[in-house]
Amino acid sequence: MSEALLDVHGLKTHFHTFAGVIKAVDGVDFSVDKGEILGVVGESGCGKSVVGFSIMGLIDPPGRIENGTIRFNGRNLPDLDERHMRQIRGKEIAMVFQDPMTSLNPLYTIQDQMEEVMKLHEDMTAELRKNRCIELLEEVGISRSETRLKNYPHQFSGGMRQRVIIAIALASRPKLLIADEPTTALDVTIQSQILNLMKRLVKEHRTALMLITHDLAVVSEMTDKIMVMYCGRIVEKGTRDAIIKRCRHPYTFGLLGSIPKLGSRQRRLLQIRGMVPNIMDLPTGCAFAPRCDYARDQCRRRRPELIEIEKGHAAACFFPVER
Amino acid sequence: MKTNFVQTLIKKTGAFWASEFAHNFRGNLSAISGGVIILFFIVIVAFGPSLVRQNPYDIASLELMDAYKPPVWLPGGDARYLLGTDGQGRDVLASIVYGTRISLFIGLAAMICSSLIGATLGLIAGYFGGRLDGMIMRIADVQLSFPSILIALFLMSAFGTGIDKILISLTCVGWVIYARTVRGSTLSEKQKEYVQAARAAGLPNRLIIVRHILPNVMTPVIVVATIQIGTFILIEASLSFLGVGVPITKPSLGLLIKNGFDVLLSGLWWTSVFPGAVIMLLVFGINLLGDFLRDELNPRLK
Amino acid sequence: MISYLIKRVFQMVGVLWVVSIIVFTMMSFTGDPTYMMVPLDATEDEIANARMLLGLDKSYIVQYGIFLSNILRGDFGRSFVFRQPAFGLIMERMPATVEMVLAAMALSLVLAIPLGVFAGAYPQKKTSRGIMAGSLLGISLPNFWVGMMLIFILAVQFNLLPSSGRGDTVPVMGINLSIVTMDGFRHIIMPAVTLSFATLAMLLRITRAGMMEVMKQDFIKFARAKGATFKSVLFKHALKNALIPVVTIFGLQLGDLIGFATITEFIFAWPGMGKLLVDSIYMADRPVIVVYLMFVAFLFVVINFAVDIIYTLIDPRIKLR
Repeated sequence: MSEALLDVHGLKTHFHTFAGVIKAVDGVDFSVDKGEILGVVGESGCGKSVVGFSIMGLIDPPGRIENGTIRFNGRNLPDLDERHMRQIRGKEIAMVFQDPMTSLNPLYTIQDQMEEVMKLHEDMTAELRKNRCIELLEEVGISRSETRLKNYPHQFSGGMRQRVIIAIALASRPKLLIADEPTTALDVTIQSQILNLMKRLVKEHRTALMLITHDLAVVSEMTDKIMVMYCGRIVEKGTRDAIIKRCRHPYTFGLLGSIPKLGSRQRRLLQIRGMVPNIMDLPTGCAFAPRCDYARDQCRRRRPELIEIEKGHAAACFFPVER
Repeated sequence: MKTNFVQTLIKKTGAFWASEFAHNFRGNLSAISGGVIILFFIVIVAFGPSLVRQNPYDIASLELMDAYKPPVWLPGGDARYLLGTDGQGRDVLASIVYGTRISLFIGLAAMICSSLIGATLGLIAGYFGGRLDGMIMRIADVQLSFPSILIALFLMSAFGTGIDKILISLTCVGWVIYARTVRGSTLSEKQKEYVQAARAAGLPNRLIIVRHILPNVMTPVIVVATIQIGTFILIEASLSFLGVGVPITKPSLGLLIKNGFDVLLSGLWWTSVFPGAVIMLLVFGINLLGDFLRDELNPRLK
Repeated sequence: MISYLIKRVFQMVGVLWVVSIIVFTMMSFTGDPTYMMVPLDATEDEIANARMLLGLDKSYIVQYGIFLSNILRGDFGRSFVFRQPAFGLIMERMPATVEMVLAAMALSLVLAIPLGVFAGAYPQKKTSRGIMAGSLLGISLPNFWVGMMLIFILAVQFNLLPSSGRGDTVPVMGINLSIVTMDGFRHIIMPAVTLSFATLAMLLRITRAGMMEVMKQDFIKFARAKGATFKSVLFKHALKNALIPVVTIFGLQLGDLIGFATITEFIFAWPGMGKLLVDSIYMADRPVIVVYLMFVAFLFVVINFAVDIIYTLIDPRIKLR
């Protein structure tokens, strides 16, 4: 059995602030295979972005990776020094952020910022670089690419900027692309364009993709595997079919129920009652228990671990929902 | 009723002490140093004259024979005059104590005047806009086309020496920064929903400005005001050094340095070195505190 | 672009015009210069005569009109003290002042930017804190006192450098510069260092503050995600963005530099415009004061204009309107 491209075990990333310790990621295990698309779903503040940054090694103080391994291509990333991490960033693992308006340096041309990745990781002549930039822009669907190279970020619309950012991310043909809420800041119509673009490109180049989002509708379309996070931990993970059609954790169930589906007869949308707890004041036992319709005493006393429901599908619940 | 007030006061002090602001203060060496320095100067200003033996401006208490005595640790020094004396027999230490009071008074008073006038103009300009705004900002722009020290120099050369004239000059120089900052903040606050809600509720303009907008623009004003005290002390010192600042009867630290300048080249250094060091310490302490305030109150750096 | 230039020129002229009114008004209230122009034993008639010649018997508006038309022809009157055209006096001294100011500016920039970048990139390090404390001290010092201390230590006690005056000059491209001669260099060091203190400290702090804010931006993180080296992140990505407020402050500081140059020149007996101004204030030499003020206003206005142009060179988002 070939080893997974990315293998994360027991990852804990904590932030030590004046007000207390924020356990943004508190024990997370998952893996991503070559060319696979993993959806990481959860509400704001559940720690999904922090997982992405932890993999990239971009956690700054007061945050720290306390524990766990992140094995990528056989190497444990947190063990590497900064110099080696820099060689990996942009070349082997690339990242795309949420807000295209602020991800690009406003003072440099698009060409400059695209070529930067190439200058860092590859040995190319100026002419080759320029041609590659044009190639990449065309790949992401930006027309008249040669003239647009000399433009500055503020001369592009949000959707086009995100395309450029994707082009930059894929420039060195990374093995893994981490996309942190790539479409949240975009108009709805542009969203599906960008998502389709990303799906096409990663499939074409056999790039693995970690798609981090709060939008379950997005992951239900695009992904091979899904993992659902709540308050820093994974509550359910499995193949897309397993999660969408046969989810077992009450939280996932609630999330799915709150997606309006076109075509089916509209019943009332399910609402998960209550609010996400304060991350510094988590309840004992299962973090979701206060909002769970099926919670019993045991749930409030002990934290559930992930238990296997079927092959490749696990949920962290003592009393998984039957449907 | 009274115990209630005391109770709330104690509670608020306790809450403040435990707050992030106070915690950062305690942990910040610079801030504490600044606080200590300021405290030191407050003591000097309040109790200084009673602590020094001589009132250097009481001619009767001077002895010309004691002129130009060096500080006590040098040969020829006199234990009565710890830091030496100047050309009239005045104790340098005593002169510094009296001079500090004048310098600090001018700095504080000028800051208060500038900030009141400047912030008011800024609020008016930002809130009401239109021609008033344009006019105020025009004046500010013209004024900013000149180095502030030159404006003060020019005004004082026209007015003549005098503390009240210094206050006027410094206010004329110092109002601009408040007006601009406050106007900018007012403009952005004006767009916010809570202001629109207040207007929709029929609140009169002056209440909106004072109760809603003012508290929200205060933060940069506090920072600027703190630092301006130091700036004004330095400008006044420069003016007095050139002879167009305080009158001879009320010598500030700057004037003391001026007197010392004439004899510096002959090697008589203590009459100018010590007053200058004191100015440096005073302004340094103020700036330390101002720096800390700025870092604490700036949401963008958090 | 052309329309912008025209608009700007109009603005500049407008500002200078207002300044001229203010200067004229202030000067009119500083006493009667007639007494400076006539010998001490002049009779009442001679004084009245002199007053008429000077045009002081006319109304203020007319006087201002004469004043303005004279200025536009470059005639600022004759110095009461030197009996020479005031304009010529100022222009004679200008190279000395400019030399000292530029030397101070260069010194400040060369030291402030690297230190500021370092302190902004590593704000928690002890060295950074030390740099910041030092810069805070720098802006707390009375500039004239620093000059005096330098004179005392280096000139009086250790006799290393001359205590005053400007050194030998050598004509370079038609202008007399002293900094290129050894003697001139020795004379300019202390004044330039004294003058540079406050500006250096200011620039350092602004650079640091700008860097700290910029480092928190998304595009910095994105650059790091690309695998950029920390050095390139600092100097290529961050610094250019942090420069915009730096340029603003630098423009303002230049004005303060010119202001403090007057005091520095006074202390070091440097034969520039500033010393002339201070002497003129003592002597109530009105024409010279007027020229000086108008000239400084003119310089300022030009500097502001240059700063705006520089903005557009740095930041492509800023359009000249």
